[in-house]
Amino acid sequence: MAVEAPEVQGVGHRVKRKEDDRFIRGKGTYVDDVKLPGMLHMAILRSPLAHARIKKIDTSRAEALPGVVAVVTGELLAQHNLAWMPTLSGDTQAVLATDKVRFQGQEVAAVVAEDPYVARDALELIEVEYEPLPPVTDPFKAMEPGAPVIRDDKEGQTDNHIFHWETGDREAVERAFAEADRVVELSTHYPRSHPSPLETCGIVADVNPATGKATLWMTSQAPHAHRTVFALVAGLPEHKIRIISPDIGGGFGNKVPVYPGYVVATAASLLLGRPVKWIEDRTENLISTGYARDFHMTGRLAVKDGKMTALHVKVVGDHGAFYADAQPTKFRVGLFHIVTGSYDIPAAFVEADGYYTNKAPGGVAYRCSFRVTEASYLIERLVQTAAYELGVDPAEFRLRNFVRPEQFPYRSATGWVYDSGDYPRAMNLALEKLGYEELRKEQARRRQEGGKLLGIGLASFTEVVGAGHSKEFDILGIKMFDSAELRVHPTGKAVLKLGVQTQGQGHETTFAQIVAEELGIPPEDVEVQHGDTDHTPYGLGTYASRSTPTGGAATAVVARKLRDKARRIAAHLLEVAPEDVAFERGRFFVRGAPDRAKTIQEVAFAAYTNPPDGEEPGLEGVHYYDPPNMTFPFGTYAVVVEVDPETGEWKPLRVVAVDDCGVRINPMIVEGQIMGGLTEGFGIAAMELITFDEQGNCIGSNFMDYLLPTSWETPRFELHETVTPSPHHPLGAKGVGESATVGSPAAYVNAVIDALWHLGVRTIDMPLTSARVWEAIQRARAGAS
Amino acid sequence: MQITVTVNGVQRTADVEPRLLLVHLIREVFGLTGTHIGCDTTSCGACTVLLDGVPVKSCTIFGVQADGRSITTVEGLGDGQLHPIQEGFKEEHGLQCGFCTPGMMLTALALLERNPNPSEEEVRWALSGNICRCTGYQNIVKAVQWAGRKLAEVRAGQGGR
Repeated sequence: MAVEAPEVQGVGHRVKRKEDDRFIRGKGTYVDDVKLPGMLHMAILRSPLAHARIKKIDTSRAEALPGVVAVVTGELLAQHNLAWMPTLSGDTQAVLATDKVRFQGQEVAAVVAEDPYVARDALELIEVEYEPLPPVTDPFKAMEPGAPVIRDDKEGQTDNHIFHWETGDREAVERAFAEADRVVELSTHYPRSHPSPLETCGIVADVNPATGKATLWMTSQAPHAHRTVFALVAGLPEHKIRIISPDIGGGFGNKVPVYPGYVVATAASLLLGRPVKWIEDRTENLISTGYARDFHMTGRLAVKDGKMTALHVKVVGDHGAFYADAQPTKFRVGLFHIVTGSYDIPAAFVEADGYYTNKAPGGVAYRCSFRVTEASYLIERLVQTAAYELGVDPAEFRLRNFVRPEQFPYRSATGWVYDSGDYPRAMNLALEKLGYEELRKEQARRRQEGGKLLGIGLASFTEVVGAGHSKEFDILGIKMFDSAELRVHPTGKAVLKLGVQTQGQGHETTFAQIVAEELGIPPEDVEVQHGDTDHTPYGLGTYASRSTPTGGAATAVVARKLRDKARRIAAHLLEVAPEDVAFERGRFFVRGAPDRAKTIQEVAFAAYTNPPDGEEPGLEGVHYYDPPNMTFPFGTYAVVVEVDPETGEWKPLRVVAVDDCGVRINPMIVEGQIMGGLTEGFGIAAMELITFDEQGNCIGSNFMDYLLPTSWETPRFELHETVTPSPHHPLGAKGVGESATVGSPAAYVNAVIDALWHLGVRTIDMPLTSARVWEAIQRARAGAS
Repeated sequence: MQITVTVNGVQRTADVEPRLLLVHLIREVFGLTGTHIGCDTTSCGACTVLLDGVPVKSCTIFGVQADGRSITTVEGLGDGQLHPIQEGFKEEHGLQCGFCTPGMMLTALALLERNPNPSEEEVRWALSGNICRCTGYQNIVKAVQWAGRKLAEVRAGQGGR
C-alpha cells in the first residue's frame, strides 16, 4: 500500500515565522546589542550650518576630557586617504568635512571615549570656527546663474548641475503631441521623505591588531556589497573584512548606503586597536542619512480619441550636497522610466536633470525599486487628471488605456519588457470589492446635501523589481545576481545560506518554504542564514523587492540541483535507473511501484554513508542566479476618503488593495508586507515631510516634527489578490515588499482630489496636511468667484 | 547614586550617574537588551517598559527615578513558557523586524490588564504611542485581541479548578 507522505509546508502555506521566537522574547541581536570587551563609544559632531567654510577646528579641550580616547577630524582621515569616499552614484562624499560643510548635520569630527555619555560631553568641547556661506535649498535656485557653487571641491564644477539624463523617443512624442486632440499637464513635487526604520543606523567595528581582521557588525541591507566597498575605499584586503548584519530593525532603503559614521568608526578601531561602537540617535538619522524622493516632475499626456498616445516627462531632482543615490550604475534617475505604468502609451520621452543643494545626500529608494514610486505617482495622478478633463470616469479611462493581457510580454515605450500582467482583472476586482457604482452615487448625494465630501481614488500601478539581469544592472560594477548555498546534513536537516539580507521580511521562513517545496524537507528542519559575509555566498542584498526574484530563484535552483543528485542516490538505493525514480513531497519512489520509496532523509544519510560509485559524496551546492529579466508586480489600490471642506481634514474610510505579485510563497507574510507598505504609503501621502527653511535648517529632524502614522490614524485594509505568475521566475513569484508604498500614495491623493475636483481643486502636493487641503479649497473658491 | 530596582521580579542594585537614562540602566547596566531605543523623544515607544505596572517610555526617564520601584521588561514576560501576548504576536503575524515588538507587547499588556476584551478602536487608541514601521498595525491589533481571548481562557480555566 502506498504511504501518503505528510504535507510539507512548501509554497502557498501560511507558515508561522521561525524568526518570531527570538523577537517576541526580546532575544533578537541588533547592532546596538553587540558588546565587546574593551569596546569604545563614538559620537559625531555635526555642522549646525547648511553651508560654511571651516576656518579652524580646535579639539584640544575635548581631548583633555577624562575618558576621551581620541578625537578624529577630517585632517586626520586625510593622512590615511579617508577624508572622502565614493558614493553609490559615482560621486564623492566627505567622510569628515575638511574644507566646507555642505548641509546641516554634516559630519565634522568624531569623539571616541570609554563611555557614550562622555563622548557626547566631549562634542560640546570641540570648537569649530565657521565662515557662513549662502545656502541653497531649492534646486530651481541652485540652477540659476551665479548661484553659490556647492561642490567647489570638484575640479571643473562651476555650477550646481550634476547630470542630464534622457530616454525614449523625443521625435515620436513631439509628433504625437502635434496630432493630439487633447493635452493634459500636471506639475507636482514628490516631497523629500525619510524611510525612518525604527532602528537607526550603527556599527560596532572591531579591527583586531594581531590578525588585521576587521569584523564589522553593521546595520546593512547589503553586507557583501558593503564589504567590497570597504575594500575599495579603505584599501583593506577583502578577506580581512567580515561584515555581520545581525538582526536589522527595518531598513526600507535607509540601510543601503555606506555612511561616514561606519567609515570613521572602522578607522578609529584600526588606529586605536580597540572595538568602537557608533549608534546614531534619531535626529542624526533623519538629518544625515539617506532621504528619499525630492523630485519635481512635470508630466504631459497627449490624448487622441480617448487614448493616451504619448507621455513627456521632465524631472528636476534635488539630490543634496553629494550625489549619493543608491541605484544601478547605468541609470541616473533609477528605474524612473517605468513611468508609462500600466498603460499602452506608444511614445514616451523622459528627461531629467539633477542638482546639488545644501541638503543631506541620500536619494535612497524608500521601500521602492529605485525611483519607481515617483514614476508610479506621476502617471497615476496624470491619468486621473486626464479622465476628469475628458469627462470620463477614471476607472473607465484606465480600462481603455491599459496594456491588454494578450500584449504580454509587453515592450514599453521606454524599453522595459513587462513579463506578465492582467490589469483589467485586478482593477475590476478592486471596483467590485469596493462597490464602486454605489459609492459614486453616495458621492453625488453628499455633494447635493452639503457637509463632508466623499472621494474615491484609484491607483493601478505597475512596478519593476528584482534587479536584475546582469546585462543591464550593476552597482559599482558588481553585477546584480544573487546566490544561495544549500547544505543537507546526513540526518536530513539543512542549512540554507543566502546572499540577500532580511530586515524583517521573514526570509528565515519564506526561504525555508522554498526548500520544503523543492526537496520536501519541512521548513522547521531548514536553518536559513544570512548577514555574515564570512559564512554566506556573495550577494547584492535586499532592497528593490529583489530577494524573492533573485535569492528566492537561486534557492529554488540550488534545491533542484540537489534533488537531481538525490534522485541518483535514491536510484542506487532502490536499485533502479534514475529515470525510473519519481519525486513527490520528500519521497523518491519507483515509477509504477510507489511503495518502493526512500525519503529525502534516507537519501541524505546515504549521501554521506553509502554514495553510489562514481558519485561525489555529500549533498550540498551553491547557485548564483542571474535573472533573465526583471519582474513586474501590479495591482489596483482603491481608497475612499471623507473630506471636510470647511477644515481641510480628511481621513480614509476604506482601503481596498488588489495585489498581483505572482505566486505567493507565504501568503501571510505577503499580506503583512502589503499592509506595512499601505501604511507607509499613507504616511507619505498624509504627513511625512523633510523640509528646510531658507537657512537650510532641517524641519523634520525628530519624530515630533517628522510625523509617522500610528495605529490611530492608520486605516484598516481590505486585501485581495489575483495571481499572474512570472513566466521566467522558477516559482512564478515576483516580489512584493514595495508594491504598496509605490502604488498607494497616488490612490490616497487621487481620492482627496476626487472629493474636491468639482470645487476646482486640481492638485495638491504631498503630504496632504489639513492646512494644505484647506488652502487648496480656499484658492479654488477664490478662483471660481 | 546607589539605587535598588526590582527588575522582572528580581531585586537589583546599581551605582549610577543621576543622568543615566532608564533605558540605558536596563540595557547597559542590567544587560537586558530586549528594550530598544528608537527615537529619544518619547515618540516611538520602542523603549516602553512597565514601571510599577504602568507603561513608560524609558528613554525619557532617569534610572534613579526607578529607585525602589518595580520594572517589567520583555524578558520578564511569560513564566518559562510564552505569555499569551507573545503567542498572540506570533499567531497573528504581528511583527516583522521585531524592533518595536517588546514595547508594543508591554503597552498592550497594560491595556489588557485594565480592559480584558478591547475593541479594535480601543486597541488602536492604546497603542497609538508605539510606532511600528513594518506591519501596518492591523495584525498587531489582532494579536492583542488574540491575547485577550487567550488570557480570558486561562483565567476561566483557573477559576474552574
